Amino acid sequence: MNKPVTPQEFDYGPLYAAQKKVYPQKVSGRYRNVKWALMAVCLGIYYLLPFVRWNRGPGAPDQAVLVDLPNSRFYFFFIELWPQEVYFFTGLLILAALTLFLMNAIGGRVWCGYLCPQTVWTDLFFAVERLIEGDRRERMKKEAEGLTLQRVVELTMKHSIWLLIAWWTGGAWVLYFNDAPTLVKELVTFQAPALAYIWIAILTATTYTLAGWMREQVCLYMCPWPRIQAALTDEWALNVTYKTDRGEQRTSLKKAAELRALGQPAGDCIDCHQCVNVCPVGIDIRNGLQMDCIQCGLCIDACDGVMTRIGRPTRLISYDTDINIARRKAGKPEIYRIIRPRTVAYVGMIVAVGAVMLYALLNRSLLDINVLHDRNPVAVRLSDGSIRNAYTVRLLNKRGAGRVVTLDVNGPVNATVHVVGMDAALSGWPEIVLGRDQTTELRVLVTAPAAINSEKSLLLVMRVTDAVHGDMASATDHFVAP
Amino acid sequence: MSDHEGEFDKATGKTTTGHSWDGIKELNTPLPRWWVMTFYLTIVWAIGYWVVYPSWPLVQSYATGVMGYSSRADVAVDLANLEKIRGGKMAALGAAPLAEIEKDPALLALGRARGRVVFGDNCAPCHGTGAAGAKGFPNLNDDDWLWGGTLEQIEKTIQFGARSAHAESHEGSMLAFGRDGMLKKPEIETVANYVRSLSGLPTAKGYDANAGQKLFADNCASCHGDAGKGNPDMGAPNLTDNIWLYGSDEATIVETITNGRNGVMPAWIGRLDPATIKALTIYVHSLGGGQ
Repeated sequence: MNKPVTPQEFDYGPLYAAQKKVYPQKVSGRYRNVKWALMAVCLGIYYLLPFVRWNRGPGAPDQAVLVDLPNSRFYFFFIELWPQEVYFFTGLLILAALTLFLMNAIGGRVWCGYLCPQTVWTDLFFAVERLIEGDRRERMKKEAEGLTLQRVVELTMKHSIWLLIAWWTGGAWVLYFNDAPTLVKELVTFQAPALAYIWIAILTATTYTLAGWMREQVCLYMCPWPRIQAALTDEWALNVTYKTDRGEQRTSLKKAAELRALGQPAGDCIDCHQCVNVCPVGIDIRNGLQMDCIQCGLCIDACDGVMTRIGRPTRLISYDTDINIARRKAGKPEIYRIIRPRTVAYVGMIVAVGAVMLYALLNRSLLDINVLHDRNPVAVRLSDGSIRNAYTVRLLNKRGAGRVVTLDVNGPVNATVHVVGMDAALSGWPEIVLGRDQTTELRVLVTAPAAINSEKSLLLVMRVTDAVHGDMASATDHFVAP
Repeated sequence: MSDHEGEFDKATGKTTTGHSWDGIKELNTPLPRWWVMTFYLTIVWAIGYWVVYPSWPLVQSYATGVMGYSSRADVAVDLANLEKIRGGKMAALGAAPLAEIEKDPALLALGRARGRVVFGDNCAPCHGTGAAGAKGFPNLNDDDWLWGGTLEQIEKTIQFGARSAHAESHEGSMLAFGRDGMLKKPEIETVANYVRSLSGLPTAKGYDANAGQKLFADNCASCHGDAGKGNPDMGAPNLTDNIWLYGSDEATIVETITNGRNGVMPAWIGRLDPATIKALTIYVHSLGGGQ
């Protein structure tokens, strides 16, 4: 017999915890310097790359990196890609993913801590905040005191500068899609297309919101990488780690000195909270490896400073591996192996994908032909009984200069070939002038005598040849009877 | 219903609506406030919409809205913009002689592209989307032309049509020899067999070739020519080739001679502008059969 079951109350805790405002404290040291340098490099590349010029000859854009959407071309220094070569981007994405995995296998979340745009811009926004409102303690105090005139002025300044950076970020973005110097001029004189302003507005809004307001929430709730990373990491990967074996038991400086004087063990951690105060995501690294931690290494800098001051060895918090934690506990020496099956596999895959892409890039044909048989009608019977098939032929010239090519057709015996609007060349095959970096569409008529075997379709090969540059391309289609 | 008191449900921490149907009670789960507010907002929005955009039908007309918006006016603006985008290219096409257009790759591409679209909009209902034609509607891909297949002849046919109401239309009709009593049934059968023999098709047993030839010379040769080669000035088809507009079997030819054939092609001048007709000419000519 069924008995009524009392509903049970399940509480898995909330899926979302409300944001707690983080007030990271200023810190200096080795990792801070690395972060400053990388920020300068990343932002420098992002903001200045559109202005780098690259000569591609007359008629072609001279911008080194350009996504030319109206003409559907992508330019990257010496590389020019057509839309049908989008697989190169697929390859790049695979390479990027593998590089991310490799970084993770070696140094944990190096990407998150130093290179991710979210980190770089948030770091920049923190710097602005600190410059205007003061360091952690001041900011917390000011916020607790409520609005004063000075506070309003400071807040206005902070948000204005944030918006300015965000606007500049959006501005740089659109420069990748148009000739940068021209577009800058147009933007300033309000002559630029509306789409440019719209995109600047969108990127201004996202930069301002993500770097100014959402910050660590992006990493925690929006980004998939922390969760993927957690599944990919292993005991050999370097992670920013608080060395519990050295730090515990936490005691005050004085008490530790007393204990050590008595010859008793004492932890190095003096519970000064500096590592917590400088953390841009507001966590306590001493709680162990956490998904929230972007592993920027700022707590290492903070702790090293304290350790130096109290005369204890630095690197109480450091890049460390799970293996070494266990080994230290067991009294064994630390080991670190960068060459291991996982890293070798990643490097191997990177090299393989890179080699395939490089091979494809170096051997990409600059001449191509596409043939489309007329479908309606498939074949036409002419008044003398002969049979005609029509084809739409598209010739692709990816060279940066025009050229003349010959089109020859190998199909039914005794067939004649005619290109609409063109006279046959002396050789008997039509010669076609192709413009630089463009496709040319032709209507090709192939006429076979009535006597051909009309039972089945015949194979037909169209070949386009550039004797001067030694390029050749061909495509196969069919010749059919009505 | 207000006399029902909702009771507290311990399992969910909510109250019930107070209704009870055969002992089944329903939890009171009102719509979320944001949803209700959005709903009210859409009502307010709708009122603004009535004011700004055309909405209410009136007796004679309709409320135009304060902005005077009309989707038809938008179309006119779009069409004007389209002309601007084309930037006089169609004008260049209209100004160039037909023979020049085919020699200039850019103009040829433009003419073919424009022509294909216009053909699909205007010609495809009779000639088919690929211009392959149908019974009574010529295939424009082949090299057999009723009214001539040069660029100029094709253009004239498109402009004025065939047997259309236009004063300059192609004229010429296939008479109804049987229906109007000019030829008797056996004579028609004889001449039909003769016509079949012109293009090498087999003839019926016991057919009199000499009589057929004489009948043809007396009745048909004035339009189709002594040898049956046709005459594009009168739209008289070539009877010696492999292409038959209505069919080459004896019964069809007998029907053609008995009742006549007078297919009509409308005049397009006035409905399409000259440059568009030129584009259409280029397109039809480039299908492959143009002379």
